[in-house]
Amino acid sequence: MKPRTADKIATTLIVFFALLIVAILVGLLGYILVRGLNHISWDFLTSAPQKIRAGGGVGPQLFNSLYLLVLTLIITVPLGLGAGIYMAEYARPGKITGFIRLIVEVLSSFPSIVVGLFGLLLIVNYFDLGFSLISGAIALTFFNLPLMVRITEQAFRTVPKQQKEAGFALGLSKWKIVTSVLLPVALPTIITGTILSAGRVFGEAAALMFTAGMSSPRLNFSDWNPLHSNSPLNPFRPAETLAVHIWKVNSEGLAPDAMQIAAGASAVLVIMVLLFNLLARYFGRFIYRKLTASKRMN
Amino acid sequence: MRVKPKKTRIEKHHIEDFLGRIYMSFCVLLLIVIIVSMVYFVASKGIANFVSGEMKVSDFLFGSKWAPEADTPSYGALPFITGSFLVTLLAALIASPLSICAALFMTEIVPGWGKKLLQPVIELLSGIPSVVYGFVGLSVIVPFLRNTFPGQGIGVAAGALVLSVMILPTITSVAADALASLPQNLKESSFALGATRWQTISRVILPTTLPAIMTGVVLGMARAFGEALAVQMVIGNAPFVPRSLFESASTLTSVITLSMGNTTMGSPQNNALWSMALVLMLMTFIFVLLVRMLERRNKI
Amino acid sequence: MGTAAAVRESFQTENLSIFYGTYEAVKGISLPFAQNTVTALIGPSGCGKSTFLRSLNRMNDDISGSTTKGSIWIDGVDINASGTDVIKLRQKIGMVWQKPNPFYKSIYDNIAFGPKYHGIKGKAALDEIVESSLRRAALWDEVKDRLKDSALALSGGQQQRLCIARALSVNPQILLLDEPASALDPVSTGKVEELIKELKEELRIVIVTHNMQQAARISDYTAYFYLGSLVEYDKTEKVFSNPENQMTQEYIMGRFG
Repeated sequence: MKPRTADKIATTLIVFFALLIVAILVGLLGYILVRGLNHISWDFLTSAPQKIRAGGGVGPQLFNSLYLLVLTLIITVPLGLGAGIYMAEYARPGKITGFIRLIVEVLSSFPSIVVGLFGLLLIVNYFDLGFSLISGAIALTFFNLPLMVRITEQAFRTVPKQQKEAGFALGLSKWKIVTSVLLPVALPTIITGTILSAGRVFGEAAALMFTAGMSSPRLNFSDWNPLHSNSPLNPFRPAETLAVHIWKVNSEGLAPDAMQIAAGASAVLVIMVLLFNLLARYFGRFIYRKLTASKRMN
Repeated sequence: MRVKPKKTRIEKHHIEDFLGRIYMSFCVLLLIVIIVSMVYFVASKGIANFVSGEMKVSDFLFGSKWAPEADTPSYGALPFITGSFLVTLLAALIASPLSICAALFMTEIVPGWGKKLLQPVIELLSGIPSVVYGFVGLSVIVPFLRNTFPGQGIGVAAGALVLSVMILPTITSVAADALASLPQNLKESSFALGATRWQTISRVILPTTLPAIMTGVVLGMARAFGEALAVQMVIGNAPFVPRSLFESASTLTSVITLSMGNTTMGSPQNNALWSMALVLMLMTFIFVLLVRMLERRNKI
Repeated sequence: MGTAAAVRESFQTENLSIFYGTYEAVKGISLPFAQNTVTALIGPSGCGKSTFLRSLNRMNDDISGSTTKGSIWIDGVDINASGTDVIKLRQKIGMVWQKPNPFYKSIYDNIAFGPKYHGIKGKAALDEIVESSLRRAALWDEVKDRLKDSALALSGGQQQRLCIARALSVNPQILLLDEPASALDPVSTGKVEELIKELKEELRIVIVTHNMQQAARISDYTAYFYLGSLVEYDKTEKVFSNPENQMTQEYIMGRFG
């Protein structure tokens, strides 16, 4: 075959496959949204699921997912910041740093089902927290922490090192430099990364089946005292999330409209993830402009 | 005349730095504690059955009969181990060429808008939750396979197809990074010799970036091997070594997902599931090791 | 060497050596820095002058693998000794770099940040420091109406003067300048040089520069470094008109380096 002919064929194939991937995404999103959107209504988003009758909603699940995300971020962000800052600003190249890096890599590679099993063993049984929101949040922390560490470390590494030197020359403590000079510069990147990781947490199910549980008690949405057992805010109650619900409906759903519910819930989940993506993009740009352009800042 | 340095008083900046260090050490220590206890707990549970003599390592790894509730229970995990490897390898086989094409498209064919088009596509694909992939697999891929091939549609083929889409973004982004970091003069000298684009790609670009691309493939396989729900939803979950791609089968993750909740903690059957979790964990170590080795080769 | 350290200056180095691993980047240098003078460090790239400058406020501490031997005396205290409170020390010694590096903060906060940390309280006191620092750096008139703007919106020359003002804000006794004008246009360079001459009335200044004319214009003493060693040190006029060392002469005349 002549080189030119081979070149043409190869180029055509590459373009074809690349466009095929685009088509897969478009088809995937289109399918989920088309099938799911006509099932989404205010009622679907707010009412509780039905066991065997049609017409159930995903209200508690949606709430659980969001609440669990907030709990997880409250635990993960400070821990991830601390460890990430250590890796970027304090760790000196050497055996120990290499070891910590390996740990972060391994932890982030563990299958989420293994993380869930570990949560079941340690938090649910050993610490006796049972199937609960808090157990789920801790399991998701194991799952999300390595990512948070990496995001923080990379964000700090993009800050010009002259910033640090300027702080030193003023006689500031290293901690002060890190928190007041470097952190504000690294913040946009950290926030963008955190929002993207939040999307991942939001859709996670395997780590939650055996930690947050696969059921939700009857919630009383007028009782916001976190200590009451029927309060949505009680962190010690079991909580089935939206993603877990999709799995459950698909594999053992008894309601006649199980497939529609799964479609609707999938659409909600995907829309939420899309929102997280857009938010991360928009927010990153917004903060970046605010920091670098000549706009007023305080 | 030498004045001795005054004994430094404890001042604000000392306290600040000290507290900061304590806090960071705590975070790092916690990371270490998490991973150590994770390995310890899963391993101690995973070897329980071997220690108690309930089952032998060889019977577990190579036994093809999974009958934990029979009168003489047997805990052969071979069906699940083969299932896991089979779907992982097939997914990598399907996804790798596609991903490499996508990466070439982004970096070599149309570097400008190709990247602008595919970057968000890749990001969105990686952002879609695995249960959604499972749901789409169950409602699109399974019926399609059922109508096209013999069998029920569920099985290794369906699992591999779903997984291949899930690992596309991983391989593509690593491969695209590798291609983009290639020195410009390498390509230019090839073009200067009169080589066509495809000749340059196939003889210069791909061979040079192969270790880096393989890193992406291994990372993708690691993700596929550990993925639980999407596979479980489409693979059928029959505990047999599959004889055909279109026959119901199981993976390590799928059987854990299904059975962990229905067995009593500490029972031999439950412990056998933990042994499978241990296998998953050991495979993670192997994948990380492979990635490290490839990265080292890539540096030289 | 011109002046031996018979009488110890209140700021001087004694046998200062700096190593990166086993490589000796600075070889046993003793230099005095007199009050109200500008000392220029000159020499070809890689001669160790910047490393030497950075060691004067222990900035090399942060580079892993670097070790320092010898002494740096400030008011009779060896700040190179292990018990030194480096953070306190750096308050006394301001530093400005080649590339302007204002904080990603407002002009006002760039100046007020240091004093605030060191315990100055109250808006009035801080306002005063901001104004006086900016005045001393000859920047006040240009920015007084937009103190709340981002410092990054300033021009390169303004940013550099802001960095000088920031260094002055914590009242240092010594100012270290690492090629402070080499990234600036001629007009800004002139302003910065003017500023250096004024500032030496209040403190002592050590400046690294590649620009011979600049060294001749603004410095009182000049030290010529070559391959980590101090080749010549004397009054600037002497070094530039009648250097003792052949190498110094050739470097100044621009024959190598």
